[in-house]
Amino acid sequence: MANLKEVKSRISSVSSTQQITRAMKMVAASKLRRAQERITQMRPYAQKLGEILRNVSGGQGDDDASVYSTRREINRVLIIAITSDKGLCGGFNSNVFRATTALLKEKYVRQYTKEQVVILPIGKKALDNYRKRGFEIVPDFGGIFSDLSFDTAKLAAEYAMEAFKNDEYDRVELVYNEFKNVATQIMRTEQFLPIPEAEVDGESNSNTIDYIFEPSKDYIVEELIPTSLKIQFYKALLESNAAEHGARMTAMDKATENAGELLKELKLKYNRTRQAAITTEILEIVAGAEALGGR
Amino acid sequence: MLLEIITPDKKIFSGEVESATFPGSEGSFQVLNNHAPLISSLEEGKIRYRTGAGEFEVTVNGGVVEVLKNKIIVLAESAKS
Repeated sequence: MANLKEVKSRISSVSSTQQITRAMKMVAASKLRRAQERITQMRPYAQKLGEILRNVSGGQGDDDASVYSTRREINRVLIIAITSDKGLCGGFNSNVFRATTALLKEKYVRQYTKEQVVILPIGKKALDNYRKRGFEIVPDFGGIFSDLSFDTAKLAAEYAMEAFKNDEYDRVELVYNEFKNVATQIMRTEQFLPIPEAEVDGESNSNTIDYIFEPSKDYIVEELIPTSLKIQFYKALLESNAAEHGARMTAMDKATENAGELLKELKLKYNRTRQAAITTEILEIVAGAEALGGR
Repeated sequence: MLLEIITPDKKIFSGEVESATFPGSEGSFQVLNNHAPLISSLEEGKIRYRTGAGEFEVTVNGGVVEVLKNKIIVLAESAKS
């Protein structure tokens, strides 16, 4: 039989752990709500931008002229891995690492063996992981999540776009968790640059409005494409942020539940031990009394 | 007519205005009621708009504006009033 005191101290340690996990779950829930709000805030902008871009580029076919859609032989690859700053969120971060490794071992084996793959980690977890494993990294944007806004996010996007424009990289990939719902994250691997060819939808030109373009269509397209790339990147960040809090909430919910189960077991054990101790005590007293009375 | 100023982070302004002046990349221009459909890129500068309550200013760092059927939508990367 376990020691009473031992069981008691375990009970108190488990219940204080439970308190922490419960608090973390609450925090994650409220942060998740804010993260979701951000996504909804951004949506009208992204939608309208897409609409205007379609309006402007519609009719003049594909815009292969853009510097961001030139296809080159793939020599150098930049992989943007988006993780979180903090742990305790289940498989959230390791999923990103696994997906990145899969990308290296399947799609970019040739570049990887020639050490032509550079990682741009976003979030402290990715920064630490890839630094430790000795990858060639761009460490400037690791701490973006401590102050997430479009202004900070666009710096990282601009870095990737600028480097692509200057032939430093021939391909840029995004790896991140997409937020589906609180319990589900979808792993996404997306080609960021060059811009993937858009699927042709036949109805896009059916109701074109006769706009006045100021100064010219081409100029506006030139202006809008970088913005829409930055928005795409920002969207990935926001999705990942929301997914992180969702993942943490689920993980902490599970932890709280498990702690509760453990507590129940421990309490049962405690009571049993206590009762056993009392029984032994009574037995001893009775035995002692009998020994005395028998005389 | 309705004016909306949107950035990726939030909606800066949304409401009825009588007129609005924009820092277009080919020079500043004003939009009044029943303007023809227009898409223009913007330079860094100030958007001025007049409502019933007076005149207001918002500084934007460039972007694009769409005017369609008495609805003006400004997309800016960042803006502050």
